Amino acid sequence: MDSPRPRSPLFKTTMAFVLIALAATIFADLEISTIHPWVELKRLLLGVVTPDFYATDNLGGALVYTLAFALLGVAFGNIFGFVLSLLFFSRIVRTGCAFVRSVHELFWALIFLQLFGLSPLTGILAIGIPYAGIIAKVYAEILEEADPAPLQAIPEGTSRASAFIFVRLPDAWSHFKTYSMYRLECGLRSSAVLGFVGLPTLGFHLESAFSQGLYSEVSALLILFYFIIASMRVWMRRAMLPFYLVGAAAILPWGLSFSAENIWRFLTHDIVPYPLRTADGGDVMANMGAWLHTMLIDQALPGAIATMQLTMIALVGTGLLTLVFFPLISPLLFKRPARTLGHAFLVVIRSTPEYILAYVLLQLWGPSMLPAIIALTLHNAGIIGHLVGRYTETIKLRVDACTGIRRYGYEILPRIYRQMLALLFYRWEVIMRETAILGILGIMTLGFYVDSAFADLRFDRAILLILVTALLNIAVDIISRRIRSRLRLQTSMEVQ
Amino acid sequence: MTPVFDLTNESAGYRGATVLTGVTLRVTTGERIALVGESGVGKSTLLRLLYGQCRDRASLIPQEFGLVQSLTVFHNVYMGQLHEHSLWRNFRNLLRPVQQDVEAVRDVLDGLRLEDKLFSTVGELSGGQQQRTAIGRALYHTGDIVLGDEPVSNVDEHQARRILKILGERKKTCILAMHDRALALDFADRLIGLKGGQIVLDEPTAGMTPDDLDSLYVH
Repeated sequence: MDSPRPRSPLFKTTMAFVLIALAATIFADLEISTIHPWVELKRLLLGVVTPDFYATDNLGGALVYTLAFALLGVAFGNIFGFVLSLLFFSRIVRTGCAFVRSVHELFWALIFLQLFGLSPLTGILAIGIPYAGIIAKVYAEILEEADPAPLQAIPEGTSRASAFIFVRLPDAWSHFKTYSMYRLECGLRSSAVLGFVGLPTLGFHLESAFSQGLYSEVSALLILFYFIIASMRVWMRRAMLPFYLVGAAAILPWGLSFSAENIWRFLTHDIVPYPLRTADGGDVMANMGAWLHTMLIDQALPGAIATMQLTMIALVGTGLLTLVFFPLISPLLFKRPARTLGHAFLVVIRSTPEYILAYVLLQLWGPSMLPAIIALTLHNAGIIGHLVGRYTETIKLRVDACTGIRRYGYEILPRIYRQMLALLFYRWEVIMRETAILGILGIMTLGFYVDSAFADLRFDRAILLILVTALLNIAVDIISRRIRSRLRLQTSMEVQ
Repeated sequence: MTPVFDLTNESAGYRGATVLTGVTLRVTTGERIALVGESGVGKSTLLRLLYGQCRDRASLIPQEFGLVQSLTVFHNVYMGQLHEHSLWRNFRNLLRPVQQDVEAVRDVLDGLRLEDKLFSTVGELSGGQQQRTAIGRALYHTGDIVLGDEPVSNVDEHQARRILKILGERKKTCILAMHDRALALDFADRLIGLKGGQIVLDEPTAGMTPDDLDSLYVH
């Protein structure tokens, strides 16, 4: 008898992840708890097809503020990210960047709200700081890949700075521009979501319109938001950038003041663990032990378990849905008219921040993991499906290749599978960061405990939980990198 | 005459593998030398070895040009004098070329028939134009030695002769690896032949014919 073909590592890894996700699903709370979920959904869908652009005079303001925060936040991230990318040889810089990008924009916003209140600084830093960490890493990689051959031909005695601006920078520049555009798109989504914690961006108006059941207004807000993202390549011109930045800085409400005393107290008192700052003698250690026990065992642990559980379901779900989504825009499977529809569909679902998607579904179905799973899966499959679909454009099939479902299964799937897994593993960490955040909406992930701690003004607890979230995120990043290198998964496509 | 290079029994390698052994070579100022031999015999390695010894006064024309693809011809040629200018001047030239430097670069390009491509991006040029850009960079360098790895391989013979003439006029000492034997003999006054990682021929070119070099290419 023939010995069976050994299982490929790719297959084994896939199976392991699918099994973990299945186990996670069995224990997940997927209940729909609202009384009339489908009636409300029907009303929502009705609102979607009847957008009302005149419902509120806030519409313009919401979009302008969303743009302003995104532009300034991304500009901040770009400038600092670039400077840090030049220092990326330093371990401290690399670790620092890994840390700041492992904390989600919304968590940064919750922290800065305590420091600067609703000042524009809160929104700009909340976007700018984590983006600086991501951009530093990506720019450092781009600079590393610059062609070294010209370096050998430049004259002896050229200063390092001159050599850098003439040899490394020019080739990297066009990549920087492309990546910045992608970052700006992400920045618009982040900016929109910051409205949910009180900044005057899209999310703020979306939440209020939603809570009043004004679905036509919700629809109008989202349609305008998609329009801004879809038309980005038209309005984003280098010559216009200075005007946009100055304009953005000019319209934000800088008048709001914040007190240095307040900031100082937050940094030196509020975030110090409670037992330490109220220390009044002997049993500080015992109190601290009890505090840590409460925090880690009662909050961080269940939060982390739920976060991982949801992350794994969402990751595998994203993979499965990607297999359905990418053919929609693949020229190997569909003709142009059908593909145009596919493109439109993918643009809409990947432009909708998963947070907003989860919020909407949560309002309809009540708090369980189901809305989060669907939101994360749809949004991320929209992104990866788009990238994989574009990748199939580079595949050359022989003239007599089979068609239809056979072509999908035998010709295309084997060719894209590695690429898709690479993208999924890159995205894993992003999905986790987002999963943690969805806790703010009431799902029991780490964000839930962070948000509760902020609500109770227990900032020491909030900071500890954010640190735990960051560490978990860094751990996932490391595991993902190990798996990618073991399976030799690489991709040239950006999915940070 | 003062020696430019003085190598005695040197070895050199490339990526950990020894390519050249027992190289003894003395070059004096003003010599025009052609390096000949089969591809892979070690011409590039020898050039790199020599370049390492005189980086401060020599310019190198690498076989693969070593151009920055996303910059213009002007910028790539200007890079020949990157070390002579301040960082500020270099930066200014990157953003908006300084008239004085543009004129200086234009002078160099005139002889290379590349003046109409002054502000074209290198990545959009043909192989021959890119090669002439790399030659322009070497000419713009103020050192009096030029080391070239097949510097005229991508241009037609007529142009090759003109370019070699310019190189000979502008640089005192030229050491060029060449595969066109007739061209090598016309240009050089000394010929160095490599075979099996060693110098097997080192003679004045006077009176030599291309057929005399056959032994370098026979196994």
